[in-house]
Amino acid sequence: MKARSSILLGSLSAALVAFALTSARVVAADKIDPVADAKAFQNFFFQKFPTVKHEDFVNGPYSMNEDMKRQWQEKEEFPPYEFALDAGKEMFATPFKNGKTYADCFPNGGIGIRQNYPYFDEKEGKVVTLELALNRCREANGEAPYSYVKDEMASLTAYMAFTSRGKPMDIKIPDDPRALAAFENGKRYFYTRRGQMNFSCASCHVQSPGERIRAEILAPALGILNAMPIYRSEWSGMGTTSRRFVTCNSQTRAVPLDPQADEYRDVEYFLSYVANGLPISGPGARP
Amino acid sequence: MKLSLPLAMLLALSLAPAARAANEADYKSAYSAAEAASKEAASLRHQWTVTVSALAAAKKAGDGGDFNRAVAAAKEAEALAKASIFQAISEKEAWKAMEIR
Repeated sequence: MKARSSILLGSLSAALVAFALTSARVVAADKIDPVADAKAFQNFFFQKFPTVKHEDFVNGPYSMNEDMKRQWQEKEEFPPYEFALDAGKEMFATPFKNGKTYADCFPNGGIGIRQNYPYFDEKEGKVVTLELALNRCREANGEAPYSYVKDEMASLTAYMAFTSRGKPMDIKIPDDPRALAAFENGKRYFYTRRGQMNFSCASCHVQSPGERIRAEILAPALGILNAMPIYRSEWSGMGTTSRRFVTCNSQTRAVPLDPQADEYRDVEYFLSYVANGLPISGPGARP
Repeated sequence: MKLSLPLAMLLALSLAPAARAANEADYKSAYSAAEAASKEAASLRHQWTVTVSALAAAKKAGDGGDFNRAVAAAKEAEALAKASIFQAISEKEAWKAMEIR
Protein backbone atom coordinates (compact mmCIF):
# COMPACT_ATOMS: atom_id res chain seq x y z
CA MET A 1 0.00 0.00 0.00
CA LYS A 2 2.85 2.27 0.96
CA ALA A 3 4.71 1.36 -2.24
CA ARG A 4 1.59 2.06 -4.32
CA SER A 5 1.17 5.50 -2.71
CA SER A 6 4.81 6.28 -3.36
CA ILE A 7 4.48 5.35 -7.05
CA LEU A 8 1.32 7.44 -7.35
CA LEU A 9 2.93 10.39 -5.60
CA GLY A 10 6.04 10.01 -7.76
CA SER A 11 4.03 9.94 -11.00
CA LEU A 12 2.04 12.97 -9.91
CA SER A 13 5.20 14.91 -9.12
CA ALA A 14 6.73 13.95 -12.48
CA ALA A 15 3.57 15.07 -14.29
CA LEU A 16 3.58 18.39 -12.42
CA VAL A 17 7.25 19.00 -13.24
CA ALA A 18 6.62 18.16 -16.92
CA PHE A 19 3.62 20.50 -16.98
CA ALA A 20 5.59 23.31 -15.35
CA LEU A 21 8.44 22.90 -17.86
CA THR A 22 6.08 22.85 -20.83
CA SER A 23 4.19 25.94 -19.60
CA ALA A 24 7.44 27.85 -19.19
CA ARG A 25 8.39 27.00 -22.79
CA VAL A 26 5.02 28.14 -24.09
CA VAL A 27 5.32 31.43 -22.20
CA ALA A 28 8.90 31.85 -23.47
CA ALA A 29 7.81 31.21 -27.07
CA ASP A 30 5.05 33.82 -26.85
CA LYS A 31 7.17 36.46 -25.11
CA ILE A 32 8.41 39.24 -27.38
CA ASP A 33 12.18 39.23 -27.04
CA PRO A 34 13.87 41.45 -29.64
CA VAL A 35 17.36 40.80 -28.23
CA ALA A 36 16.99 37.03 -28.65
CA ASP A 37 15.38 37.51 -32.08
CA ALA A 38 18.24 39.70 -33.30
CA LYS A 39 20.83 37.24 -32.02
CA ALA A 40 19.09 34.29 -33.71
CA PHE A 41 18.63 36.29 -36.93
CA GLN A 42 22.29 37.28 -37.17
CA ASN A 43 23.52 33.80 -36.21
CA PHE A 44 21.38 32.25 -38.93
CA PHE A 45 23.13 34.29 -41.63
CA PHE A 46 26.59 34.04 -40.08
CA GLN A 47 26.27 30.25 -40.00
CA LYS A 48 24.67 29.96 -43.42
CA PHE A 49 27.45 32.04 -45.00
CA PRO A 50 30.50 31.41 -42.82
CA THR A 51 32.95 32.91 -45.34
CA VAL A 52 31.13 36.27 -45.63
CA LYS A 53 32.56 38.95 -43.35
CA HIS A 54 29.84 40.15 -41.01
CA GLU A 55 30.08 43.78 -42.11
CA ASP A 56 29.82 42.66 -45.75
CA PHE A 57 26.18 41.53 -45.47
CA VAL A 58 25.10 45.16 -45.90
CA ASN A 59 26.30 44.97 -49.50
CA GLY A 60 23.43 42.67 -50.41
CA PRO A 61 23.95 40.46 -53.48
CA TYR A 62 27.59 41.52 -53.75
CA SER A 63 28.32 39.72 -50.50
CA MET A 64 26.99 36.53 -52.08
CA ASN A 65 28.76 36.53 -55.45
CA GLU A 66 32.43 37.32 -56.14
CA ASP A 67 31.96 38.23 -59.82
CA MET A 68 29.21 40.69 -59.03
CA LYS A 69 31.27 42.10 -56.19
CA ARG A 70 34.19 42.89 -58.50
CA GLN A 71 31.89 44.60 -61.02
CA TRP A 72 30.29 46.63 -58.24
CA GLN A 73 33.65 47.70 -56.81
CA GLU A 74 34.63 49.05 -60.23
CA LYS A 75 31.28 50.78 -60.57
CA GLU A 76 31.78 52.44 -57.18
CA GLU A 77 34.54 54.58 -58.70
CA PHE A 78 31.80 56.51 -60.52
CA PRO A 79 28.72 55.42 -58.60
CA PRO A 80 25.34 55.82 -60.29
CA TYR A 81 23.86 57.44 -57.16
CA GLU A 82 26.31 60.33 -57.27
CA PHE A 83 23.85 62.71 -58.94
CA ALA A 84 21.27 61.98 -56.25
CA LEU A 85 23.88 62.48 -53.57
CA ASP A 86 24.86 65.91 -54.90
CA ALA A 87 21.22 66.91 -55.30
CA GLY A 88 20.45 65.73 -51.77
CA LYS A 89 23.31 67.71 -50.29
CA GLU A 90 22.12 70.85 -52.00
CA MET A 91 18.48 70.30 -51.03
CA PHE A 92 19.48 69.62 -47.45
CA ALA A 93 21.30 72.95 -47.19
CA THR A 94 18.68 75.01 -49.03
CA PRO A 95 16.42 76.91 -46.59
CA PHE A 96 12.64 76.53 -46.69
CA LYS A 97 10.54 79.60 -47.45
CA ASN A 98 10.49 80.39 -43.73
CA GLY A 99 14.30 80.43 -43.59
CA LYS A 100 14.67 77.19 -41.60
CA THR A 101 16.35 74.06 -42.95
CA TYR A 102 16.16 70.30 -42.49
CA ALA A 103 19.01 70.60 -40.00
CA ASP A 104 16.61 72.38 -37.61
CA CYS A 105 14.37 69.28 -37.46
CA PHE A 106 16.96 66.67 -36.56
CA PRO A 107 19.42 65.90 -33.79
CA ASN A 108 23.02 66.85 -34.65
CA GLY A 109 21.71 68.95 -37.53
CA GLY A 110 20.76 65.75 -39.37
CA ILE A 111 24.38 64.75 -39.95
CA GLY A 112 25.51 61.19 -39.13
CA ILE A 113 22.19 60.10 -37.67
CA ARG A 114 20.87 57.59 -40.24
CA GLN A 115 21.79 54.65 -37.98
CA ASN A 116 19.19 55.77 -35.40
CA TYR A 117 16.22 55.51 -37.82
CA PRO A 118 13.56 54.28 -37.57
CA TYR A 119 12.84 55.03 -33.92
CA PHE A 120 9.80 54.45 -31.75
CA ASP A 121 8.06 57.71 -30.86
CA GLU A 122 6.56 57.21 -27.42
CA LYS A 123 4.35 60.29 -27.75
CA GLU A 124 2.76 59.07 -30.96
CA GLY A 125 2.98 55.41 -30.00
CA LYS A 126 4.29 54.53 -33.45
CA VAL A 127 7.45 53.93 -35.44
CA VAL A 128 8.90 56.98 -37.20
CA THR A 129 11.12 56.36 -40.21
CA LEU A 130 13.65 58.78 -41.67
CA GLU A 131 11.44 59.34 -44.73
CA LEU A 132 8.45 60.13 -42.54
CA ALA A 133 10.51 62.46 -40.34
CA LEU A 134 11.74 64.33 -43.44
CA ASN A 135 8.23 64.90 -44.75
CA ARG A 136 7.01 65.93 -41.29
CA CYS A 137 9.86 68.42 -41.20
CA ARG A 138 8.75 69.82 -44.54
CA GLU A 139 5.11 70.08 -43.50
CA ALA A 140 6.00 71.68 -40.16
CA ASN A 141 7.83 74.35 -42.13
CA GLY A 142 5.00 75.01 -44.57
CA GLU A 143 6.34 72.92 -47.46
CA ALA A 144 4.48 70.23 -49.43
CA PRO A 145 5.56 66.64 -48.66
CA TYR A 146 7.61 64.71 -51.21
CA SER A 147 6.68 61.40 -52.83
CA TYR A 148 7.94 58.62 -50.59
CA VAL A 149 9.07 56.43 -53.43
CA LYS A 150 11.64 58.35 -55.46
CA ASP A 151 13.48 61.41 -56.67
CA GLU A 152 13.68 64.10 -53.99
CA MET A 153 13.07 61.78 -51.04
CA ALA A 154 15.71 59.37 -52.32
CA SER A 155 18.19 62.22 -52.79
CA LEU A 156 17.67 63.57 -49.29
CA THR A 157 17.95 60.16 -47.63
CA ALA A 158 20.98 59.35 -49.84
CA TYR A 159 22.79 62.39 -48.48
CA MET A 160 21.83 61.63 -44.88
CA ALA A 161 22.92 57.99 -45.25
CA PHE A 162 26.21 59.10 -46.81
CA THR A 163 27.02 61.25 -43.78
CA SER A 164 26.45 58.16 -41.61
CA ARG A 165 28.45 55.62 -43.63
CA GLY A 166 30.31 53.13 -41.50
CA LYS A 167 28.34 53.91 -38.34
CA PRO A 168 26.78 50.79 -36.82
CA MET A 169 23.01 50.53 -37.01
CA ASP A 170 21.74 51.46 -33.57
CA ILE A 171 17.99 51.01 -33.24
CA LYS A 172 16.46 51.22 -29.78
CA ILE A 173 13.33 49.49 -28.54
CA PRO A 174 12.12 51.37 -25.47
CA ASP A 175 10.54 49.59 -22.54
CA ASP A 176 7.07 50.24 -23.90
CA PRO A 177 4.60 47.48 -24.79
CA ARG A 178 3.60 49.45 -27.92
CA ALA A 179 7.20 49.42 -29.16
CA LEU A 180 7.43 45.69 -28.58
CA ALA A 181 4.12 45.25 -30.38
CA ALA A 182 5.44 47.28 -33.34
CA PHE A 183 8.54 45.08 -33.49
CA GLU A 184 6.42 41.94 -33.35
CA ASN A 185 4.05 43.30 -36.00
CA GLY A 186 7.02 44.01 -38.27
CA LYS A 187 8.32 40.52 -37.72
CA ARG A 188 4.92 39.03 -38.55
CA TYR A 189 4.73 41.10 -41.73
CA PHE A 190 8.21 39.96 -42.76
CA TYR A 191 7.38 36.26 -42.43
CA THR A 192 3.78 36.35 -43.72
CA ARG A 193 3.15 34.95 -47.19
CA ARG A 194 1.14 37.19 -49.49
CA GLY A 195 0.22 37.69 -53.12
CA GLN A 196 -0.67 35.10 -55.73
CA MET A 197 2.95 33.88 -55.69
CA ASN A 198 2.47 33.02 -52.00
CA PHE A 199 5.81 34.56 -51.06
CA SER A 200 6.85 36.24 -47.86
CA CYS A 201 9.81 38.62 -47.60
CA ALA A 202 11.60 35.68 -45.96
CA SER A 203 10.93 33.35 -48.91
CA CYS A 204 13.51 35.27 -50.93
CA HIS A 205 15.71 36.99 -48.38
CA VAL A 206 15.99 34.28 -45.70
CA GLN A 207 15.43 31.02 -47.53
CA SER A 208 17.18 31.89 -50.79
CA PRO A 209 19.83 34.64 -50.50
CA GLY A 210 22.61 34.06 -53.01
CA GLU A 211 20.24 32.12 -55.27
CA ARG A 212 19.07 33.47 -58.58
CA ILE A 213 15.53 34.63 -59.20
CA ARG A 214 15.51 35.00 -62.95
CA ALA A 215 18.62 37.10 -63.67
CA GLU A 216 18.97 38.58 -60.21
CA ILE A 217 20.89 37.34 -57.19
CA LEU A 218 18.82 37.62 -54.04
CA ALA A 219 20.19 39.72 -51.19
CA PRO A 220 20.27 38.45 -47.61
CA ALA A 221 17.72 40.03 -45.27
CA LEU A 222 20.46 40.79 -42.76
CA GLY A 223 21.55 44.39 -43.29
CA ILE A 224 19.31 44.82 -46.33
CA LEU A 225 18.17 48.28 -45.20
CA ASN A 226 21.63 49.51 -44.25
CA ALA A 227 22.26 50.27 -47.93
CA MET A 228 19.08 52.29 -48.50
CA PRO A 229 18.30 54.30 -50.53
CA ILE A 230 19.61 52.56 -53.63
CA TYR A 231 20.16 53.24 -57.29
CA ARG A 232 18.71 50.29 -59.19
CA SER A 233 19.59 49.72 -62.80
CA GLU A 234 16.23 47.93 -63.11
CA TRP A 235 14.48 51.16 -62.09
CA SER A 236 16.90 53.40 -64.01
CA GLY A 237 16.93 55.58 -60.95
CA MET A 238 16.94 55.93 -57.21
CA GLY A 239 14.51 54.30 -54.85
CA THR A 240 13.73 54.62 -51.18
CA THR A 241 12.97 51.98 -48.58
CA SER A 242 9.27 52.65 -49.26
CA ARG A 243 9.81 51.94 -52.95
CA ARG A 244 11.60 48.68 -52.11
CA PHE A 245 8.67 47.43 -50.00
CA VAL A 246 6.05 48.47 -52.56
CA THR A 247 7.99 46.80 -55.39
CA CYS A 248 8.53 43.59 -53.41
CA ASN A 249 4.80 43.35 -52.75
CA SER A 250 3.93 43.95 -56.42
CA GLN A 251 6.41 41.29 -57.54
CA THR A 252 4.59 38.68 -55.45
CA ARG A 253 1.33 39.92 -57.01
CA ALA A 254 0.12 41.41 -53.75
CA VAL A 255 -1.50 44.85 -53.82
CA PRO A 256 1.06 47.07 -52.06
CA LEU A 257 0.10 49.17 -49.06
CA ASP A 258 0.43 52.93 -49.07
CA PRO A 259 4.02 54.01 -48.49
CA GLN A 260 4.59 54.57 -44.77
CA ALA A 261 1.59 52.42 -43.82
CA ASP A 262 1.95 51.13 -40.25
CA GLU A 263 2.99 47.66 -41.46
CA TYR A 264 5.80 49.06 -43.60
CA ARG A 265 7.01 51.26 -40.73
CA ASP A 266 6.97 48.23 -38.42
CA VAL A 267 8.78 45.93 -40.84
CA GLU A 268 11.44 48.61 -41.27
CA TYR A 269 11.75 48.75 -37.47
CA PHE A 270 12.13 44.96 -37.25
CA LEU A 271 14.65 44.66 -40.10
CA SER A 272 16.72 47.58 -38.86
CA TYR A 273 16.79 46.34 -35.27
CA VAL A 274 17.98 42.85 -36.21
CA ALA A 275 20.80 44.52 -38.22
CA ASN A 276 22.04 46.44 -35.16
CA GLY A 277 25.83 46.59 -35.14
CA LEU A 278 26.22 46.31 -38.92
CA PRO A 279 27.47 49.45 -40.68
CA ILE A 280 25.40 51.89 -42.70
CA SER A 281 26.48 51.54 -46.34
CA GLY A 282 23.90 53.69 -48.10
CA PRO A 283 23.37 55.00 -50.62
CA GLY A 284 23.81 51.75 -52.47
CA ALA A 285 23.76 50.57 -56.07
CA ARG A 286 22.02 47.40 -57.17
CA PRO A 287 21.47 45.71 -60.55
CA MET B 1 -23.95 -0.80 -88.72
CA LYS B 2 -21.04 1.34 -89.92
CA LEU B 3 -23.10 4.46 -89.38
CA SER B 4 -24.03 3.60 -85.83
CA LEU B 5 -21.20 5.60 -84.13
CA PRO B 6 -21.71 8.87 -86.06
CA LEU B 7 -25.44 8.53 -85.58
CA ALA B 8 -25.07 7.93 -81.88
CA MET B 9 -22.85 11.01 -81.57
CA LEU B 10 -25.30 13.11 -83.52
CA LEU B 11 -28.13 11.90 -81.33
CA ALA B 12 -26.16 12.63 -78.16
CA LEU B 13 -25.30 16.11 -79.35
CA SER B 14 -28.87 16.88 -80.33
CA LEU B 15 -30.10 15.78 -76.91
CA ALA B 16 -27.42 17.71 -74.98
CA PRO B 17 -28.69 21.09 -73.75
CA ALA B 18 -27.22 23.91 -75.76
CA ALA B 19 -24.83 26.19 -73.73
CA ARG B 20 -26.85 29.26 -72.85
CA ALA B 21 -25.28 32.63 -73.50
CA ALA B 22 -24.84 34.66 -70.33
CA ASN B 23 -27.08 37.67 -69.90
CA GLU B 24 -26.78 40.90 -67.93
CA ALA B 25 -28.39 39.39 -64.84
CA ASP B 26 -25.81 36.57 -64.81
CA TYR B 27 -23.04 39.12 -65.09
CA LYS B 28 -24.39 41.33 -62.30
CA SER B 29 -24.77 38.37 -59.98
CA ALA B 30 -21.27 37.02 -60.72
CA TYR B 31 -19.76 40.50 -60.44
CA SER B 32 -21.37 41.27 -57.14
CA ALA B 33 -20.16 37.96 -55.63
CA ALA B 34 -16.61 38.67 -56.88
CA GLU B 35 -16.71 42.24 -55.62
CA ALA B 36 -17.81 41.14 -52.14
CA ALA B 37 -14.99 38.57 -51.90
CA SER B 38 -12.50 41.12 -53.21
CA LYS B 39 -13.58 43.68 -50.59
CA GLU B 40 -13.14 41.11 -47.85
CA ALA B 41 -9.60 40.30 -49.09
CA ALA B 42 -8.76 44.01 -49.14
CA SER B 43 -10.08 44.48 -45.60
CA LEU B 44 -7.71 41.70 -44.50
CA ARG B 45 -4.90 43.57 -46.30
CA HIS B 46 -4.25 40.52 -48.45
CA GLN B 47 -5.55 41.73 -51.79
CA TRP B 48 -3.92 40.27 -54.91
CA THR B 49 -3.13 42.34 -57.99
CA VAL B 50 -4.57 39.62 -60.23
CA THR B 51 -7.94 39.84 -58.45
CA VAL B 52 -8.10 43.56 -59.14
CA SER B 53 -7.20 42.97 -62.80
CA ALA B 54 -9.78 40.19 -63.24
CA LEU B 55 -12.47 42.34 -61.63
CA ALA B 56 -11.59 45.26 -63.92
CA ALA B 57 -11.70 42.93 -66.95
CA ALA B 58 -15.15 41.70 -65.89
CA LYS B 59 -16.44 45.27 -65.61
CA LYS B 60 -14.99 46.27 -68.96
CA ALA B 61 -16.53 43.26 -70.70
CA GLY B 62 -19.85 43.80 -68.89
CA ASP B 63 -19.95 47.49 -69.85
CA GLY B 64 -19.25 46.46 -73.45
CA GLY B 65 -22.12 43.96 -73.43
CA ASP B 66 -19.88 40.87 -73.68
CA PHE B 67 -21.59 39.02 -70.85
CA ASN B 68 -19.98 35.62 -71.51
CA ARG B 69 -16.55 37.10 -71.07
CA ALA B 70 -17.71 39.27 -68.16
CA VAL B 71 -19.10 36.30 -66.23
CA ALA B 72 -15.94 34.25 -66.83
CA ALA B 73 -13.72 37.09 -65.60
CA ALA B 74 -15.94 37.73 -62.56
CA LYS B 75 -15.83 34.06 -61.61
CA GLU B 76 -12.06 34.10 -61.93
CA ALA B 77 -11.87 37.22 -59.74
CA GLU B 78 -14.07 35.58 -57.11
CA ALA B 79 -11.92 32.43 -57.06
CA LEU B 80 -8.74 34.52 -56.72
CA ALA B 81 -10.23 36.64 -53.96
CA LYS B 82 -11.32 33.54 -52.05
CA ALA B 83 -7.82 32.09 -52.36
CA SER B 84 -6.35 35.31 -50.96
CA ILE B 85 -8.81 35.23 -48.04
CA PHE B 86 -7.73 31.66 -47.31
CA GLN B 87 -4.12 32.83 -47.41
CA ALA B 88 -4.83 35.70 -45.00
CA ILE B 89 -6.55 33.40 -42.51
CA SER B 90 -4.05 30.56 -42.68
CA GLU B 91 -1.08 32.93 -42.43
CA LYS B 92 -2.33 34.29 -39.10
CA GLU B 93 -0.57 31.31 -37.53
CA ALA B 94 1.43 29.78 -40.39
CA TRP B 95 3.98 32.63 -40.54
CA LYS B 96 5.50 31.39 -37.30
CA ALA B 97 6.77 28.27 -39.06
CA MET B 98 9.10 30.44 -41.17
CA GLU B 99 10.53 32.40 -38.27
CA ILE B 100 14.24 32.18 -37.47
CA ARG B 101 14.52 31.14 -33.81
